[in-house]
Amino acid sequence: MAKIKYIEHNGNQHEIDVANGLSVMEGAVQNDVPGIDADCGGGMACATCHVYVKEDWFNKLPEKAEGEDDMLDQAYEPSSNSRLSCQIIVSDELNGLVVHLPEKQV
Amino acid sequence: MIDTDVLIVGAGPTGLFCAHQLGIIGLKCEIVDNLDKLGGQCIELYPDKPIYDIPAIPECTGEELTNNLIEQIKPFNFKSHLSDRVQEIKNENDRWLVKTSKGKEFLTTNIIIAGGVGSFEPRKFPTKNCEKFEGKSVLYSIKDKTIFKGKSVVIFGGGDSALDWAIELSKNSKVTLIHRRDEFRGAGASVEKLYELKKEKKLDVLTKFSIKDVKGNGTLESVEIKGDDGEIRSINADYVLGFFGLIMQLGPILDWGLNIDKKLIPVNTENFETNKKGIFAIGDICFYPGKLKLILSGFHEGALAARGCFKYSRPNEKYKLEFTTTSKAVKDRLGVKE
Repeated sequence: MAKIKYIEHNGNQHEIDVANGLSVMEGAVQNDVPGIDADCGGGMACATCHVYVKEDWFNKLPEKAEGEDDMLDQAYEPSSNSRLSCQIIVSDELNGLVVHLPEKQV
Repeated sequence: MIDTDVLIVGAGPTGLFCAHQLGIIGLKCEIVDNLDKLGGQCIELYPDKPIYDIPAIPECTGEELTNNLIEQIKPFNFKSHLSDRVQEIKNENDRWLVKTSKGKEFLTTNIIIAGGVGSFEPRKFPTKNCEKFEGKSVLYSIKDKTIFKGKSVVIFGGGDSALDWAIELSKNSKVTLIHRRDEFRGAGASVEKLYELKKEKKLDVLTKFSIKDVKGNGTLESVEIKGDDGEIRSINADYVLGFFGLIMQLGPILDWGLNIDKKLIPVNTENFETNKKGIFAIGDICFYPGKLKLILSGFHEGALAARGCFKYSRPNEKYKLEFTTTSKAVKDRLGVKE
């Protein structure tokens, strides 16, 4: 279990307990956090669960999945600290993770 | 003007199987999809990914599923209208007059929306000013490459479209390719070719830059780009091209007067009709208590919506369930010889 903080583009914060094994995307969708669309359902086939992770946490996350960067090219305003939240799997180590949501997904 | 019983909007697995069900009960249908091929998300997003929850098919890919569905509806010879999008609908004497973006017109008794998460459209630049030049000097697809001859063209993107067009247009234009990171996802051979051309100074490649703004008074003059390190540059440009892949958008469906809640269309579970008579919604785009966004649910929804259409298209006939194993009429429709 890890406490994940989702910060919307307008500053609204949502602190959610997410069970291990779920993705950060699923943690948001299952708890009605707005701002993550996840159109393809977690197949890394779209780029609508895009989040920004500040450097301190970005470097602690498991490596990007193969092809994740290719998909991120197609996200709205990707940057060097962009991730697809469907590819970040929650574990105890991620307790306290903060992700920032983009202005929009599409 | 094409006259039909049912117009299906969206050629994903749900739309295709619904066409099958319409064929089985003897209704005519036409299928419209914005993509250039049948299959929807299955073919565009995950053609190679295995799917494990199609009843009686332990494992198949998105492409295999699509091909099988196309095979299954072949006997009915339904017409599909690809690379086209339903734009406007209008009620006319209890039927629907439908216009597409390419100007095709249909008169149909029923519309079945099987639009998934929306139609695939090119992702656009986030920069607001780009809209002013869109379609003239800011483009997301190329119809006529001769317009670039002798011009300065700035291309954004890292996939095959961006690479292929950079290489092609560099023959006759001054091309700059800009990508947000060092690696390109396009084919290896194209990347090699790109750097070869760069070495020969036939084109320029800038990585770790993305678009900041476009400038010009009436006509486009330059594009401003911003580097990962904050560096800002300005590049002269007659044309700016963006190739960022496709995103899904609901588009004109939003303007049809349907109830829509969070990109979903509420339906009843008896026949999957929406708040408008003769307009049905099935698959990922519809919502009702207990809705599961699974392909198998879409199949069921399509079967029931087809029977709903029957009621309107054949008001004087009573629908009766016929089995494909036994019904002579159904076998005739399938072209099966006894």
